[in-house]
Amino acid sequence: MITKRIIPCLDVKNGRVVKGTNFEGLRDMADPVEMARFYNQAGADELVFYDITASVEGRTLFTDILTRVASEIFIPLTVGGGINSLEDFDRVLKCGADKVSVNSGAIRNPAIIGEAAKKYGDQCVVLSCDIKRMEGKFMLFAKGGRENTGIDALDWIVRGVKNGAGELVINSIDTDGVKNGFDLELLDAVASLVSVPIIASGGAGKKEDFVELFRHKGMDAGLAASIFHTKQVDIKDLKRYLRENGVEMRL
Amino acid sequence: MIAIIDYGVGNLFSLRSSLACLGLESKITGDPEEIRAADKIILPGVGAFGDAMQKLVDTGLVPLIREEVRKKPLLGICLGMQLLFDESCEYGRHEGLGFVPGKIASLAEDLEDKSLKVPHIGWNALKIVKDDPLFKYVKDGEYVYYVHSFYGKDCAESTLATSEYGLTVTGVVRQGLVWGTQFHPEKSGDTGLRLLKAFGEL
Repeated sequence: MITKRIIPCLDVKNGRVVKGTNFEGLRDMADPVEMARFYNQAGADELVFYDITASVEGRTLFTDILTRVASEIFIPLTVGGGINSLEDFDRVLKCGADKVSVNSGAIRNPAIIGEAAKKYGDQCVVLSCDIKRMEGKFMLFAKGGRENTGIDALDWIVRGVKNGAGELVINSIDTDGVKNGFDLELLDAVASLVSVPIIASGGAGKKEDFVELFRHKGMDAGLAASIFHTKQVDIKDLKRYLRENGVEMRL
Repeated sequence: MIAIIDYGVGNLFSLRSSLACLGLESKITGDPEEIRAADKIILPGVGAFGDAMQKLVDTGLVPLIREEVRKKPLLGICLGMQLLFDESCEYGRHEGLGFVPGKIASLAEDLEDKSLKVPHIGWNALKIVKDDPLFKYVKDGEYVYYVHSFYGKDCAESTLATSEYGLTVTGVVRQGLVWGTQFHPEKSGDTGLRLLKAFGEL
């Protein structure tokens, strides 16, 4: 059977990894290329690259870096950030991305999900959602979690999958950065509505949080950034621990 | 030199990079002379079977490929592997190259456990059922990366390795000098690189 996946996420801004720190034995852990190489060797099952650059120059730099990363990393690569059109899909796929993640771009123009799925296949389209509880309801947020769209998040997800999203990144704003476990209530709600793979994001602080995540039905992958970057959780160690706890892992 | 057949299907970035990383020279080409001169051939592919087969036929290269696989190794990857079979039932019935006896069928239709997700995407363990020089550097049970909704069946004679996903998925086939992998070696980390290295040494 297929394994559960552990995915480090690299937020890249103007050519540098944000929240990057210096690891022992590595020159510069804020360099995305070096960091990607490190995670590839550390046993990551996939990498996610988010371009959080605002400027045009920064975006060109990101494209260069992406090409360098993709030519050295032989595991699946998902790229997101600033994806607003089919041209954007095309641009990052040509640089070696395997999947493209859309978030705010799909909120502005929901048709992009279906158009991209038709052109590149469902498996290529990842719908990433930032979600927060507002008066007891899960609401969809835009612009990196800063703006409440007023859209019911669960409705949005169901529609996105119907339109061709082949995978979901569910990022809980409520648990993000808290490091006290994934938002299992939200994740269960999503899993009960769709059958595409779910990548859980936001809240992982320790190995046990991942064991707990994968005990829940429909969870395919756990994504995190800073706990991996700071080595608070070591990926090899984590994957071994998960396997000992009955979770199928690629070691 | 490895000729990667260019017929307008798929993204070849990772395949080229992985071969380069192994020090294997490759060229994406549709030129008959270059394909004749190559030591080996790779047939890549993503997308739908019928469409890809039509594109391949349209290049006019099929008779040349038939001739060349009597002399040198060919590796079909993902849809490229599926094209090696007799036929596929993906969106209607389509004829394949017929190098590997068997057919391509729908995972969704054949899976008894309907809770299993299709496409079959992710890392799955490879079970080697017949030893082969292609597995020179790969051990039984290593993980490889799959992305597909259709799979090869009725091909037991040619099957070298399989993976389990509610049913037995054909992972690697071989018939004569023609090999095929359903998974993507260029996305299967170190394991995939070692498999490509062995292909380079055939």
